[in-house]
Amino acid sequence: MSLLELNNVTLKFGGVTAVNDLTMSVEEGQVYALVGPNGAGKSTVFNMISRFYRPAAGSITFDGHDLLKLKSHEVPQLGIARTFQNIELFDRATVLQNLLVGRHRLRRTTLVEEMFFVGRARAQEREHRLAVEEVIDFLDLQPYRNQMIAGLPYGVRKVVELARALSTKPRLLLLDEPASGLSVEETQDMRWWIDDIRRQMGITVLMVEHDMGLVSKVCDRVLALDGGKKLAEGTPAEVQSHPKVIEAYLGTGAISKTANAKGERV
Amino acid sequence: MRFHFKTDYDHDIRLFPDWWNFSLYAALLAVMVALPFVISSFYLGEVTNVLIWAIAGLGLMMLTGQTGQVSLGHSAFMAMGCYTCVILMEAGVPFVAAFVLCGIITGVIGALIAIPALKLHGVYLAIATLALAILADDIIVILSPWTGGVNGKFAPDLMIFGYEINRWVNPGAWYYMALVVVLVVTLIYRNILRSPLGRAFAAVRDSEISAQAMGVDIARTKTMAFGISCAITGLGGALMGLFAGAFNNETFNFLLAIQLLMMIVIGGLGFIHGAFLGAIVVAFLPQGLSILTDQMGRGFNIPGLEMGVFGLLLIAFIIFEPHGLYGRWLKLRIWLELFPFARRDLFRRQKSYLKTERLR
Repeated sequence: MSLLELNNVTLKFGGVTAVNDLTMSVEEGQVYALVGPNGAGKSTVFNMISRFYRPAAGSITFDGHDLLKLKSHEVPQLGIARTFQNIELFDRATVLQNLLVGRHRLRRTTLVEEMFFVGRARAQEREHRLAVEEVIDFLDLQPYRNQMIAGLPYGVRKVVELARALSTKPRLLLLDEPASGLSVEETQDMRWWIDDIRRQMGITVLMVEHDMGLVSKVCDRVLALDGGKKLAEGTPAEVQSHPKVIEAYLGTGAISKTANAKGERV
Repeated sequence: MRFHFKTDYDHDIRLFPDWWNFSLYAALLAVMVALPFVISSFYLGEVTNVLIWAIAGLGLMMLTGQTGQVSLGHSAFMAMGCYTCVILMEAGVPFVAAFVLCGIITGVIGALIAIPALKLHGVYLAIATLALAILADDIIVILSPWTGGVNGKFAPDLMIFGYEINRWVNPGAWYYMALVVVLVVTLIYRNILRSPLGRAFAAVRDSEISAQAMGVDIARTKTMAFGISCAITGLGGALMGLFAGAFNNETFNFLLAIQLLMMIVIGGLGFIHGAFLGAIVVAFLPQGLSILTDQMGRGFNIPGLEMGVFGLLLIAFIIFEPHGLYGRWLKLRIWLELFPFARRDLFRRQKSYLKTERLR
């Protein structure tokens, strides 16, 4: 059984079919990418998995649990963490506090323990802090630990988002365009991190990404979407050379002209 | 400038970052404890008033400053705390128990009211809570068998373990009582801020969508925030009514809620210090104004002057210093610490326009 399965999922916004009869499955330990032009429905798929949207038809299961029965704040309890395309950090808090919010699902203290800071409260804080420190070490965020998000540059915020998602100790990590807006070096870093997240931490990764260079380097499987429909699925090389994918990006008639264009970007 | 060399996670968990900071607050506490022996009973009463405002302000700060939910209805919860406390005392409950209970009851009722109200966002929540504040006046009149309606109630004698606390006989004791409540409330406030609940509040304030993605239950967190906020404000209201000695349906009208909101904005939203600085402004401004108008002569004694000055102050703060008095002090402190290297744009923040609010 796959870790994450979407079966015949359809979502409509008014007259627009954002996702049309999509079936896909992500195996444990894979790095899986969704690609496609803007408006193809990639982020919509993410938002259905995080239960911000409810699909009109179909089913989504994670490790045997029916995700559609859950509310959006219950999804992380199963071990699904995500990042956002347009960074959604807690701006008026420090990096450390942001990462500690990631530990929210693992808290054990009651209101009274927290109000008077007795019982498990202190030990729990130390424990959370230790876990968060490991993530900080992993992603080299040490210089920013006590800085407010509001003053951080874009590239660092992107990493903090990844760090916050990792702090939840997920089994499945949803990355919505992890490399968008990053410099060449930062994209390289992101590539190694995604590799390490899979290899060292054993976390399955599902990502949306436009940078085909990054996709072909880190992903095992790629699914191309257009207009909410599945165009092609397979290894990065297979998808990049698929005639329908080339057509979606470059238009009809482009196939003959660019028959041997298999560069970095489709 | 002081640098903290941290060698332990407890450095970040404990209440005071270093000995210097701890000794500053210890010195402040020593001054506060010594105050009844230094100043006259009139000014002691004024300081007690500041402390009471600060308690009520801390309650609203928890909701508006930490969780980002505006409430214009907190005067209703001050009334609820006050009436509950006095009714319990008249039923024979000892003062200390009645006081703690009135906080808990107000908190629970506040949380129940919050469940439907918190489906509203921003200005709609403000309007709904304002309606609550206006409604409170009528409810007090309708419930006149218990509340005394328009005639109001007199505060009963306060006995703490056989020791009578009377504002006129021993103002020092009243002052110490308010001080103890302030200390306990501030400690609870700080503890909540350094535990998961406080971080969940900040998460809800800054981005509901990603708070949910981190497993924070928005409805539950907002309800908790409302409950804790109402409980603290209820305690403040109880002290205010008892300190005044007599109160009726008009004591806790909606202007009080607006004053409370102005107070935390002027003091600095999201800072504990802000509630205290705001309380000083709110409690001393009327006195300051009356002293000033007395000196200027009768012509300057315009009715409504006080509210007018409050309004102008609020507008000025929102335009020129949205972080309030405490934010201004933090900037001044950094300027002094860096002197002479502070730049003019040191505090200018880049606005972030990329927000996923459309998911709402």
